[in-house]
Amino acid sequence: MPYNSIVCVKQVPDTSNISGQVMKPDGTVNRAKLPTIFNPDDLVSVELALQVRDCYGGRVWVITMGPPPAAEVLRQALYMGADEVALISDRRFAAADTLATSYALSRAIRKIGNVDLVFCGRQAIDGDTAQVGPQLAEKLSLAQVTYAEKIEKIEDNWVYAKRKIEGGYERVRAKLPVLVTVMGDAAVPRPFNAKFVMEKKRAQSRFELERMSEDNPFYYYYNDLHKLEKKGLLIPTWTIEDINAEEEKCGLKGSPTQVYKVENVVLTSPEHKRYEPTKADLEKLIDELMSDHIFG
Amino acid sequence: MERVSGVWVFAEQEDGHLHDVGLELLSKGQRLAKELTAPLAAVLIGHQVRTLVPRLYSYGADYVFLVDDKRLLHYLTLPYAKVLIQLVQLHEPRVMLFGATSIGRDLAPRVASNTRSGLTADCTDLQISDVTQRGKLHKDLLLQIRPAFGGNIIATIISPDSKTQMATVREGVMRMEKTDDGRQGQIIDVNVDLGEEEFAVQLLERFKEKPRVNLKAAAIIVSGGYGVGKKENFRLIEELARVLGGDVGASRAAVDAGLISRDHQVGQTGTTVRPKLYIACGISGAIQHRAGMSDSKKIIAINKNPNAPIFGVAHYGIVGDVAEVIPRLIEAYKQRSR
Repeated sequence: MPYNSIVCVKQVPDTSNISGQVMKPDGTVNRAKLPTIFNPDDLVSVELALQVRDCYGGRVWVITMGPPPAAEVLRQALYMGADEVALISDRRFAAADTLATSYALSRAIRKIGNVDLVFCGRQAIDGDTAQVGPQLAEKLSLAQVTYAEKIEKIEDNWVYAKRKIEGGYERVRAKLPVLVTVMGDAAVPRPFNAKFVMEKKRAQSRFELERMSEDNPFYYYYNDLHKLEKKGLLIPTWTIEDINAEEEKCGLKGSPTQVYKVENVVLTSPEHKRYEPTKADLEKLIDELMSDHIFG
Repeated sequence: MERVSGVWVFAEQEDGHLHDVGLELLSKGQRLAKELTAPLAAVLIGHQVRTLVPRLYSYGADYVFLVDDKRLLHYLTLPYAKVLIQLVQLHEPRVMLFGATSIGRDLAPRVASNTRSGLTADCTDLQISDVTQRGKLHKDLLLQIRPAFGGNIIATIISPDSKTQMATVREGVMRMEKTDDGRQGQIIDVNVDLGEEEFAVQLLERFKEKPRVNLKAAAIIVSGGYGVGKKENFRLIEELARVLGGDVGASRAAVDAGLISRDHQVGQTGTTVRPKLYIACGISGAIQHRAGMSDSKKIIAINKNPNAPIFGVAHYGIVGDVAEVIPRLIEAYKQRSR
């Protein structure tokens, strides 16, 4: 029996490679200044969804909410073998916290409809909150299985999964439809399929075409838009109206949490002594610690 | 029914044992409640857990909401969330705190979403303060303080329009302070109304090992970071810890690089520690790491890079290669401790 999946993914700044001034005065992130990557846990959740499809049939949608450049992660999902993608993008979604984000995603998922499994990565590396998954489940009135490290099987409309807890695991079964958040080590994401890369590398969103026309006044993107659409290579872009969302629940307006202030906190110790890595110095250090009764 | 809308703490329990993090949060919650001149309440959900109530009083709870039902024996998202959502809607607490455990991080977002409450994950500090924002004064807001964005900054988050301001805090971040063994409080028994739809997820099997490392209780911790380089060099960290009678810690980078298992991780997303001696070897000192160890009594940093931020919190700094310094340090200790 086929099962349809929707995977929510995020393009994230590569927080392990931060340089320069990336924080805006309001405490939000100037994403334009950062190299971006496919959020690692989300990549694994795409893999799990594809495995479910390979095993049982069905379709895999991959959606993301983000600014126009986020189309890149959707292209990568297509290279892995996703059937359909959509970019949820609207200036009015900007500065959304986890609640406003999960609301927008829930509207997009309702628009797609007919879903058995919603997958999210456990957490995104730029916030580490792990909140969007459970909040999205609540918005969709779905049950949730968080921290999944394995999908064991789907049988008679129940999915059997193993989930990680501190110092161990739980095995659970959940009635479909259900939302699953996926651990980064649940699977190894498949490499891009060469055939899909050839087929999909020209997939673009209308934002990307518009941008080209901004750079080149002689370029009329409507022609390409229709061409791409005919070939099935136009990445759909959905605004607030397209997903039938209420504006006051989106973006900054729809976010109960706000960044009040940000600061670089310098932690300093009152006294600081440097020791050379020499025998004499290290013994002096040990003596000092001993006189402070640090050992034993 | 009397409304109790002060500071609430989700008192997580498993198999009839209270999780430390709930007691730590009660300790912190007591201070917050005092500043708000409001009561402190614990929410205890489970089966046959009434015996745990006095312990919650002794850590500062004025009230305990007791939800006892055999279907709540093991944690399950939907029934636990339903119970909490009903309670939050009824009482509208000002503040609700959860441990950032696998249970708390599963449950809190669900409750926050339903009640449209602001929720901040992994706070490292919580304070009460008036806040003026865009010309509007908000009295007695909860300041939710956490490192953000790969640890490059400390952010203060507020939820000015939420009836209930919610936050999760990792185990060990707040200090546990017992007030008084004989302290009394009031139980509020809560009846639950659960339907079949709350059991759409069923627990088939649960396996949990006793934690092999208990960094929270360690007096001496020797920690290795990414700068240790390779697994063989990590043996040196273990050797130094063994010689000093300490435990082995690690930075997130070392764990991510596969040098050591995650239960050794010190820092905001690992364990917060306060040993007598902390030796940071090859750890550059991202703020999340520093946040989890800077309260140690004495800190020694060993790092090749003289400008590594870890030296900013260290009492003693040694610039050098871990692989060379540690054997000498072991030798020096053996010499002097005779």
